[in-house]
Amino acid sequence: MNSFYIAERTGKKILKTANSLGESALMIKSVFFWLFKSKIEVVEMTRQAVKIGIDSLSVTALTSFFTGMVLSLQSGNTSKNIFNEPLYIGSIVAFSMVKELGPVLTSIVVSGRAGAVVTAEIGTMKVTEQIDALYTLGTNPTRYLLIPRYAAFMLSLPILTLFADFIGIIGGFIVSTVKLQIPASVYWDDIFSYMKVHDFTHGFLKTFVFAFMIATVSCYKGLSTKGGAEGVGKATTEAVVISMVLVLVIDYFVSALLVMMGI
Amino acid sequence: MIIVENLSKKFPGKQVLKNVSCKIEDGDIFSVIGPSGIGKSTFIKCMIRLLKPDSGRIEVDGANIADIEDEFELAKARRSFGYLFQEGALFDSLTVMENVSFGLKYLTDIPAFKHSAVVSEKLALVGLNNVENLKPAELSVGMKKRVALARAVATGPKYVLYDEPTTGLDPVTGEMVTELILDMKKKTGVTSVVVTHDVKLALRISTRVAMLYDGEFTAVEPPEKFQRLMNPEIREFIEISSRQR
Repeated sequence: MNSFYIAERTGKKILKTANSLGESALMIKSVFFWLFKSKIEVVEMTRQAVKIGIDSLSVTALTSFFTGMVLSLQSGNTSKNIFNEPLYIGSIVAFSMVKELGPVLTSIVVSGRAGAVVTAEIGTMKVTEQIDALYTLGTNPTRYLLIPRYAAFMLSLPILTLFADFIGIIGGFIVSTVKLQIPASVYWDDIFSYMKVHDFTHGFLKTFVFAFMIATVSCYKGLSTKGGAEGVGKATTEAVVISMVLVLVIDYFVSALLVMMGI
Repeated sequence: MIIVENLSKKFPGKQVLKNVSCKIEDGDIFSVIGPSGIGKSTFIKCMIRLLKPDSGRIEVDGANIADIEDEFELAKARRSFGYLFQEGALFDSLTVMENVSFGLKYLTDIPAFKHSAVVSEKLALVGLNNVENLKPAELSVGMKKRVALARAVATGPKYVLYDEPTTGLDPVTGEMVTELILDMKKKTGVTSVVVTHDVKLALRISTRVAMLYDGEFTAVEPPEKFQRLMNPEIREFIEISSRQR
């Protein structure tokens, strides 16, 4: 009885996941269809891009600043314990921020802030029949709601990541010079001597993949919302959790691919 | 004229509409009554193709829209319709002006500089003025319904579909919306399809009333004749409704 129950539940979960994946694929197809078939809602896209950027800016700044600081502190102390002096702190902070922590942390912040907003907004529109109203007023929701949000994520996340990289490096710089007593010129020299353009490209390219994924999860969860206010809350939580987990999972695979390609 | 023939729609585990047929003449106010959850909204959502029927024909001015698959063709077919949603379904992030002019941008060739005049005219039609810059959250339930009606008729549709127009309204506002439906017909000549569980409303405004029961129309009659029908489902529904008032 118990094993039947477990098998039934597992089967249902698998079917539900397969269904969601299929529906997401159809949604992405619809996004590309309308992207080339209709005029882009430039005003709505700009509004969304500004909203996503501003919503996430302060949290991104705070997160990356302290991440840079703690990276500098930990690597400096470890280096002191092993080599009796803090070595390559600038490189460690910059490489970590630019290749991994900048893109990943920013994507996680954007999932939690802007992704949640997008899901809640579209979800509320779904349960209050505003999506149906769009159809009756001659507008396809993909064109009016999804494309501007996809474009906004694809535009905002890379810019926010550049900002996060810079703030993180500054955070590391402050701890290096104030706490670890490393001369400023050594910190910057470390960065500019060892960092190459492709190191930067590696992290930057990943942000586009993350942005596409966050937009897909947030929009899909919003559009599949059911059951009033409670459903909106549930969809929003699911969207944030799925986006955050996927950022970490996809990060490995995209990084491995980029390394394989020599980027 | 709208001709519905053998319209069927099934949701998982439930056959909502079974071979429903009716003919709605131009200028009619055609009401569909029945208890909540019986499929009245499904019926009008199929008519405007927000839902795809499983089978049957929906002929609007000679063209069958039940089988249209192409998104652009569907959008074109929906141009003949205005739709008043049960809760209004106004766009929260837009002002009243933007809400009412929304359809003008996508469904008509009216230049943008003329939208404001059209919006003011339609708002006046539903008895509202100086609300253009308000957001839906700043409106009362009755005002929201009126703005939604102004939005539904802004593009000059030939048919207006009303989904439970008086549900959730106090008696005074309900009366006001009832008058608006009659007024709209008088002033613009639109053909209306009203789905409601409010028998009083249906009998008062309609040229013909249909009762949806167990997925089928049990009767389609003018209100005077409808009231006298001895069909047990209709009698029971009318009596329960009158006891609740």
